[in-house]
Amino acid sequence: MNTNSMIKIKNVNKTYDNLTALQNINLDINQGEFIALVGMSGGGKSTLLRLIAGLEQPTTGSVSIESDHTKSLMRVMFQEDRLLPWMSVLDNLSFGSKDKNTKAHAQELLELVELGDYADQFPNQLSGGQKQRVALARALMSHPQILLLDEPLGALDALTRRKMQDLILDICQKQNLTTILVTHDVEEAARMADRIIVMKNSTNTYEEVCPKNRNAGQIGIVADRVLGEILEEPNIEKQTA
Amino acid sequence: MQKPVNIAVSNQKRLKLPIDKILPFLIPIILILGWQVSSSLGWLSSSVLPSPMAVLQDGIKLTQSGELPKNLSISLYRATVGLLIGGSVGFILGFINGMSKTCRLLFDSSIQMFRNIPHLALIPLIILWLGINESAKISLVAIGTMFPVYINTFHGISSVDPELIEMGKSYELSKSQLFFKIIFPAALPQILVGIRYALGVMWTTLIVAETISASSGIGYMANNAEDFVDMETVILCIVVYAVLGKISDLVAKSFESLLLDWQNTGRSNV
Ligand SMILES: Nc1ncnc2c1ncn2[C@@H]1O[C@H](COP(=O)(O)OP(=O)(O)OP(=O)(O)O)[C@@H](O)[C@H]1O
Ligand SMILES: [Mg+2]
Repeated sequence: MNTNSMIKIKNVNKTYDNLTALQNINLDINQGEFIALVGMSGGGKSTLLRLIAGLEQPTTGSVSIESDHTKSLMRVMFQEDRLLPWMSVLDNLSFGSKDKNTKAHAQELLELVELGDYADQFPNQLSGGQKQRVALARALMSHPQILLLDEPLGALDALTRRKMQDLILDICQKQNLTTILVTHDVEEAARMADRIIVMKNSTNTYEEVCPKNRNAGQIGIVADRVLGEILEEPNIEKQTA
Repeated sequence: MQKPVNIAVSNQKRLKLPIDKILPFLIPIILILGWQVSSSLGWLSSSVLPSPMAVLQDGIKLTQSGELPKNLSISLYRATVGLLIGGSVGFILGFINGMSKTCRLLFDSSIQMFRNIPHLALIPLIILWLGINESAKISLVAIGTMFPVYINTFHGISSVDPELIEMGKSYELSKSQLFFKIIFPAALPQILVGIRYALGVMWTTLIVAETISASSGIGYMANNAEDFVDMETVILCIVVYAVLGKISDLVAKSFESLLLDWQNTGRSNV
């Protein structure tokens, strides 16, 4: 095991009533690493993310986060935008703080996600993709060390999506963030991640380490292989049989 | 990127405005005109229903003598104080029961039990306890307005979207931030519904209380006029109630649009 691993997931099981969402998951994530979690809908990706975020506790097993900082360690960008409809876009970032520096920082981040002009709008005046960008900016507000993204680009068109991918990569590299990105899109995973974790079903995972400085061809190859792993699902029908 | 420009929308609104403003008044105006005409033509005997003009003249006379303003202000005073007390108690109870499960288990079923007693049934008891002075009327209004505010505050607070609360917690908001930034604004529309409902209860309660036992107030005025078969004043009091009810509704509505201005933005409201 790597000594500078920041997130350690050991023998994690998670069950809801009778439903097993995760079974015996083991995963080590290093500081500064960019992980993509891919898999079929209902495969437990959000569940794993929520366990890492501490929003839920594993039924058995452990999730531990190693860090010298304790404050503002982790920020989740949820699958839904979860913006507060009664606050302006800027206040959604600052939570209505009157502090000048906080406001300035919020405005800066809005510029970063190309929504600088929308500071005074309300969330229900924004498009789905714009809301997601506000949620991304909000997640960055407190200078987190770990960024957990649950399908952050789901609502975006291909072009904006590509721009946002580059933006997120850029931010994560510059701030040396440890990032976990949940996505349906294998291309996206292959483009962005250092390592791809495929959640094949509740039990099996498959890992693909992506080559550094990959070109479009290599991305295509990785994406194909990952897709093959997802679609394979060898024992999915066993329970019903 | 550009800010959205909505000239077209506001133009449309400006054109529509006059009709929007006139339409709600149409039926009352027609009714009053019809009433006046029927009275003038003698279809309506003044002992059954005096004409609007006669009622208006009576109103002017009572205003000049100071009787109407005096009774109006005493009624307004009772209504406001009663609502403030009942509303505050209802809000506080709704708040603690919405926030704490222990309080909910402790209080809610008892409150629901009291709620099922029609508060007007308490009039004899309250007169026996407190006599016919101010505190009797004010406490009746307070009791009547407490429950709608309680129920709606409680319901509003306990049905705040748990996903937003989870977000607030994971974004490390303090307890008070969690309340003031998320829970309270989310519950506010429901709380205001409760207050609006309470305003209705407030007038009904007050009128009944004043009619049964009082020596001042609009309800007393109506009851007194009845003894003297003063039809104009009886009708005048009813009109005053209608106007007061309408005004309190307008006040509540403008509060709503002021506090919930975010609801008027965006697509959901077009
Ligand atoms: N709170 C819950 N209660 C009961 N079952 C749950 C709960 N949360 C998730 N599940 C179940 O756990 C399984 C995994 O759900 P999860 O949300 O992690 O899937 P996912 O991989 O994120 O799917 P998607 O890609 O559609 O978001 C699903 O079968 C889901 O029904
Ligand atoms: Mg999910």
